[in-house]
Amino acid sequence: MNVENGVHDAHYFVPAPSRWPIVGSLALFLMALGTAFWINRVPGGNWALLAGTLVLVWMLFGWFGDVIRESQAHSYGLQVDHSFRWGMSWFIFSEVMFFAAFFGALFYTRVISVPELGFFSGTHELLWPGFAADWPAATAPKLDAPYQAMAAVGIPATNTAILLTSGVTLTWAHWGMVENRRTQLKIGLALTVLLGVIFLCLQAYEYHHAWEKMGLTLASGAYGATFYMLTGFHGMHVLVGTIMLATMLVRVLRGHFSTEHHFGFEAAAWYWHFVDVVWLLLFVFVYWL
Amino acid sequence: MTASTETLHLQHADHQAHADAHGWRRWLYATNHKDIGTLYLWFSFSMFMLGGTMALGIRAELFQPGLQFWHPEFFNQLTTLHGIIMVFGAIMPAFTGLANWMLPLMLGAPDMAFARMNNWSFWLLPPAAALLVISLFVPGGAPAGGWTLYPPLSIQAGMGMDLAIFAIHLLGLSSIMGSINIVTTVLNMRAPGMTLLKMPMFAWTSLVTAYLLIAVAPVLAGAVTMLLTDRHFGTHFFKAAGGGDPVLFQHIFWFFGHPEVYIMALPAFGIVSQILPTFARKPLFGYVSMVYAVCSIAILSFMVWAHHMFAVGLPATAQLFFMFMTMLIAVPTGVKVFNWIATMWQGEMTFETPMLFAIGFVCLFTVGGFSGLVLSIAPIDIQMTDTYYVVAHFHYVLVAGALFSLFGATYYWLPKWTGQMYNEKLGKLHFWWSMIWFNVTFFPMHFLGLAGMPRRIPDYPLQFTDFNSVASVGAFCFGLGQLLFLYNVINTIRGGAGRAPARPWEGAHTLEWEVASPAPHHTWEMPPDEALVKKGLRAQLLDQDHE
Ligand code: HEM
Ligand SMILES: [Cu+2]
Repeated sequence: MNVENGVHDAHYFVPAPSRWPIVGSLALFLMALGTAFWINRVPGGNWALLAGTLVLVWMLFGWFGDVIRESQAHSYGLQVDHSFRWGMSWFIFSEVMFFAAFFGALFYTRVISVPELGFFSGTHELLWPGFAADWPAATAPKLDAPYQAMAAVGIPATNTAILLTSGVTLTWAHWGMVENRRTQLKIGLALTVLLGVIFLCLQAYEYHHAWEKMGLTLASGAYGATFYMLTGFHGMHVLVGTIMLATMLVRVLRGHFSTEHHFGFEAAAWYWHFVDVVWLLLFVFVYWL
Repeated sequence: MTASTETLHLQHADHQAHADAHGWRRWLYATNHKDIGTLYLWFSFSMFMLGGTMALGIRAELFQPGLQFWHPEFFNQLTTLHGIIMVFGAIMPAFTGLANWMLPLMLGAPDMAFARMNNWSFWLLPPAAALLVISLFVPGGAPAGGWTLYPPLSIQAGMGMDLAIFAIHLLGLSSIMGSINIVTTVLNMRAPGMTLLKMPMFAWTSLVTAYLLIAVAPVLAGAVTMLLTDRHFGTHFFKAAGGGDPVLFQHIFWFFGHPEVYIMALPAFGIVSQILPTFARKPLFGYVSMVYAVCSIAILSFMVWAHHMFAVGLPATAQLFFMFMTMLIAVPTGVKVFNWIATMWQGEMTFETPMLFAIGFVCLFTVGGFSGLVLSIAPIDIQMTDTYYVVAHFHYVLVAGALFSLFGATYYWLPKWTGQMYNEKLGKLHFWWSMIWFNVTFFPMHFLGLAGMPRRIPDYPLQFTDFNSVASVGAFCFGLGQLLFLYNVINTIRGGAGRAPARPWEGAHTLEWEVASPAPHHTWEMPPDEALVKKGLRAQLLDQDHE
């Protein structure tokens, strides 16, 4: 209609009134209240949290089910497709900023707060006897035994290789989609999901090992906090990404998507690549340097 | 204009994609941007009442020295909740509500880009507010460490703090989704012919505000998540005892916090930039420079956060950097103020209520801007930080700034929303009443701060009595006057001062005035005709090059 100003669908799709948002709000309210009660040992908190989680799962199935049905019914025109692309991009940007907060905390702690604690000669008497302004430190207050820091070689390096490979298999799957080679699409996508699952298993093993054998816990000083929170939130994102890709696999197996019309798949792929990049930064700044 | 209104009704009749919901479902399941906008606005007003009541609780206690009404702990809960509720409950949702109502109308779009998610953005707010209110009744009470939630106080606080942390998570989610919707709507849903540099100023400020929110709401979420794990899961982000640092929290918080103050100011700039040209009957002066000013304010706002931390012991180089960057923001802000004045210069001005609030905004926001400039000077701020001077400063920009612009916006668009005119006399009374009592309340706080009265205290030395009493009387009168506003709005909905035409202000040329009043439930289901868009742009002198 007007080239200088993007596309306009004849009728931009506006969904009918829907119950899912308010169900989602109820779920998050229950989860918030439940968690707050639970961590303060107020009875019933855990049940509220559980109920909220179940309602959330129900909501996710319902809401995304609606979206998939609308998409299959070709309700979404080109303008809606553009909206989805903008929406997903900005969502990923918000995720970038979430991780930026934790990376900021890591850099600040390493570069400013730990060295500054070392400036004062009496620090270790005020903090704890074994204090040394090192990164990673080996001791922390109220810990019986020293802890070990996580090395970059071993599982972390393996996981880096796994995630990088998964990026390749995913792109290969995408080519399959675009060129209508559905078998390639299915194999590529399945491989990607599999690599995601392997990553998560290795990560779980690494955590178990660190917690039990290396004495590294959330309470292991600033190192333990930044280590677990950064890798933990990343792991949660890998989990979500894997679920997204698995959903796409199911949709592909059911014959959804066409060579032109497959933004659901692309959105999941964008998300996966984002998670990949975060991991590379983690590998460099948390594990390696 | 009548022709376009008729075509609109035709479209309305021939295309009804789905039956509209009625009764409670209309509001709980809403996907209509007007319904959701209305929900946002009423929610915001009720939070304004709640936060306002808390403010009056504060002012009652401070009417005279000594402890009158509250325990000090409860007083601290009042200030904290007042701050959080006003910022996240009253001001921000009001702007999102306005964006919801007005952006599709102004841009010629059938709705917001993601109508279902829009509903979720709104319906996350009442649960968050509920969590904050519940926190008053749990052991230990509501958070009491100030709206800034600084550790170590916030780490030591009772479970009310956890509820507040989760409330902030929900509020953040709501803000992110609401902002993604706004950005996408502005970028992807504009009518043919309305390029970026031709869209209404309110659309520009909403876009930039939403961008800021997407950038910083996740950072706040990260900060409070670290608080949560420090409180319950043994981490040491903010505890020096484990190698962390409480000052780190302040850095992260204010990395969010300073852009946040522009999140509450930029949409107000946009509203004022719509109202002033309308009642000066002249196009906005320096449209493009206004756009650049908004964008540069947004960028600079990421580089000034530590002006809130001059007293924590930053290196001198850092203090200098943040001081000069802060002063730099005065430049684009000055551009805006001068452009507003130039817009009014030699205009055929009339002074209906929206115009009064807009002019009140320009005058008083500038006062707040100047006191901000004073505070940006590091050696001065070290004396003044955490005194009542700061309280005076930010209420000039938040009450006389953000809130006045919201009142102006409400009077300006009320005819479009309800189809009725509001009572002009009452509106003017509301303005003058607010203007006078606002200054009676907050101007003396400058003196109190200069004389050394700290903020966040329930009691004070005798020499501060007079100004405090004056401020308290002012606050109660100001608060009372807001009932006038409520009455006027309800009265307008019920019929008001007669039916409003589609274009009640003859100087208004943006697209929302091309649809009937009240705006039909569905508008612009087909993009507006390019000629219609061009007509409005020409009237705003935004389309000269195509003449
Ligand atoms: C009815 C008008 C209002 C009155 C009388 C009022 C009064 C006050 C007072 C006296 C304080 C200082 C408390 C203390 O430091 O001891 C305060 C704090 C504050 N107010 Fe207001 N206020 C009003 C409206 C607003 C609005 C509309 C906002 C909008 C965002 C707002 C935001 C804040 C914030 C952020 C604080 C700081 C809270 C803290 O110290 O943590 N106020 N208010
Ligand atoms: Cu600031």
